Amino acid sequence: MIGYILKRLLFMIPTLFVISVLVFVIIQLPPGDYLETYIAELQSQGESVDPDRIQFLRAEYGLDKPIHEQYLVWASGMLVGDYGYSFEYGLPVNEVIGDRLFLTIIISVVTIIFTWAIAFPIGIYSATHQYSWGDYGLSFIGFIGLATPNFLLALVMLYLANVYFGTSIGGLMDPEYIDQPWGIEKLVSVLEHLWIPVVVIGTSGTAGMIRRLRANLLDELQKQYVVTARAKGMKEKKLVRKYPLRMSMNFFIADIGSLLPSVISGAEITAIVLSLPTTGPMMLNALQSQDMYLAGSFLMFLAMLTVIGVMLSDILLAMLDPRIRLQGSATK
Amino acid sequence: MSTHYVSEAPFDPHSVERLTPEQERLYLASQWQLMWLKLKQHRLAVGSSAVLAVIYLLALFCEFLSPYNLHTRHTDYIYAPPQRVHVFHDGEFVGPFVYGYRYQLNMENLKREYTSDTENIQKLRFFCRGDEYKFWGLAETNVHFVCPASDGYLFLFGTDRLGRDMYSRILHGAKISLTIGLVGIVLSFILGIVIGGIAGYYGGVVDNIIQRLIEILRSFPELPLWMALSATLPVTWSPILVFFGITLILALLDWTGLARAVRSKLLSLREEDYCTAAQLMGAKPRRIIGRHLLPGFMSHLIASASLSIPGMILGETALSFLGLGLRPPITSWGVLLNEAQNINVVALYPWLMLPVVPVIIVILAFNFLGDGLRDAADPYK
Repeated sequence: MIGYILKRLLFMIPTLFVISVLVFVIIQLPPGDYLETYIAELQSQGESVDPDRIQFLRAEYGLDKPIHEQYLVWASGMLVGDYGYSFEYGLPVNEVIGDRLFLTIIISVVTIIFTWAIAFPIGIYSATHQYSWGDYGLSFIGFIGLATPNFLLALVMLYLANVYFGTSIGGLMDPEYIDQPWGIEKLVSVLEHLWIPVVVIGTSGTAGMIRRLRANLLDELQKQYVVTARAKGMKEKKLVRKYPLRMSMNFFIADIGSLLPSVISGAEITAIVLSLPTTGPMMLNALQSQDMYLAGSFLMFLAMLTVIGVMLSDILLAMLDPRIRLQGSATK
Repeated sequence: MSTHYVSEAPFDPHSVERLTPEQERLYLASQWQLMWLKLKQHRLAVGSSAVLAVIYLLALFCEFLSPYNLHTRHTDYIYAPPQRVHVFHDGEFVGPFVYGYRYQLNMENLKREYTSDTENIQKLRFFCRGDEYKFWGLAETNVHFVCPASDGYLFLFGTDRLGRDMYSRILHGAKISLTIGLVGIVLSFILGIVIGGIAGYYGGVVDNIIQRLIEILRSFPELPLWMALSATLPVTWSPILVFFGITLILALLDWTGLARAVRSKLLSLREEDYCTAAQLMGAKPRRIIGRHLLPGFMSHLIASASLSIPGMILGETALSFLGLGLRPPITSWGVLLNEAQNINVVALYPWLMLPVVPVIIVILAFNFLGDGLRDAADPYK
């Protein structure tokens, strides 16, 4: 088991390397660097630009070095927790991000737990009651959930709350807790606001998971060992619980690999619509003002979050299923 | 002892199992015919394809069907609510008409308030002359299916902050929203087949590298990456270049699923005898893949491609909604929704959210159709 975990950790290194190269390329893609935009902006406002200061900034952030050295500076900085410099805010990226990343993680984790809690019973019900009215109804709702993009859902919910309750459901905590240190009361306030983004983000993921769990369980239910157990007179409930359900548990854990990227994507755009203090709105801002270091850091964080999440699910899966542990690869 | 019985009738080998004409047709049908038969049984898929066909037709004739052009502004009617089409006035048959609007500004919340003026009856005209447009870029014309009365207005879905008719804009937006999915899928189809084909046919190190690359791309949260990529499109690009740029970005992240399907199929099929035979006869890999292997699972590819069209449409909508995607004057549903970003505006003028409806309908229809196609792709099951 330890060997498997080590192998999995080692495998993460090349993955993160490729991702970091991709992110760095994206940072470099826009023509000119931020300083040029900055100079142009100052000049258009009629302010004088001190060439010495520009030169200083250029050297400070290594913008005068060749590309591969810039990458090395950036990537090695990442490793020791220095994520570069946000030109727009005039602060190191770490300080700009604050607990936004932490809130993104909270929202994503709670959303995944929500997704599981909803999808599991419904998936089982749909599979064991195939082609019943309940199954059809749930499938239909699931389809709509799958087809409604979460930012549109957020928009509609925001509108309904505004019209019928006269309140804004945006934000992640009551205004008085913003910029306050973390405490029990702040946590409670966050939890009170959390359910709206969680429902909005979780809907499409839940619908997708229900459909996949249903299909998976249906496959298992048709297998011979189920027929055998049934023929031997095993009670239906116990039968389902003992065998096919355990088989599809595997898939359930493995599915996090496909769930996590979509949850994080959804969390970003929903956060923008609901103006949550997570990474989403700030990333959009950074992209719009071409503050590429800040945007790149966010992209890198999100990718890392996904990679680590998928790795955790792989390890969990290996603990659950000896076949994977011993062969060293997931079978889906 | 009874006599030995011999039937007088001539011998018929099919007497036990006579095939009805339908059965015979089924046995003789080609693979594609079988798929068609199976698809026809999937009622939801048939219904969805009908819906899609109607919507695509609407998009094709959007200039003709909409009462106004994309950019026609009515400065007296800013944020006018949708008008209802009436047929009877005071219990008297008039034919389709709308009531005119009386406008006043609510000084409390600065909301523009319009009230129907029941005295002002504006009869709709059909096959009438209105705004000039170039039909399919070929011929100048000004014939519309429906126009307002000559001195009146027609805002079926209301107007936006510049007084532009939402109904016309949604129809025009369909053109872009619907094509971006198709163009994108063609690009990602080509990428998927070529890359997946290389991985599957050559195997070994090449396969390994491509597999890792696909894994990494798939583990990326799609939307932030799309956002970052589209933010790197130069601002100096013309709207049409941006359109292709966005399509390319959408396709660049989408091909992985198809490539995987192609690869796994090729890996199993290349061991088949007919493939070895082609190799022995000296066929080049390109010919073997394209001529002998691909047609065997083309139907699966088409089915899975149709399932990723909605993702692309959604991707474009999301990007344009955030203001990172298409830019006016190119108008898609996402660009229209961009106006609905501010909740305070939407609360006063909810019809700005209307483009949500066609998005959801199209996504649902493509999902159902893709499901049906996937079931039909394997007709021997």
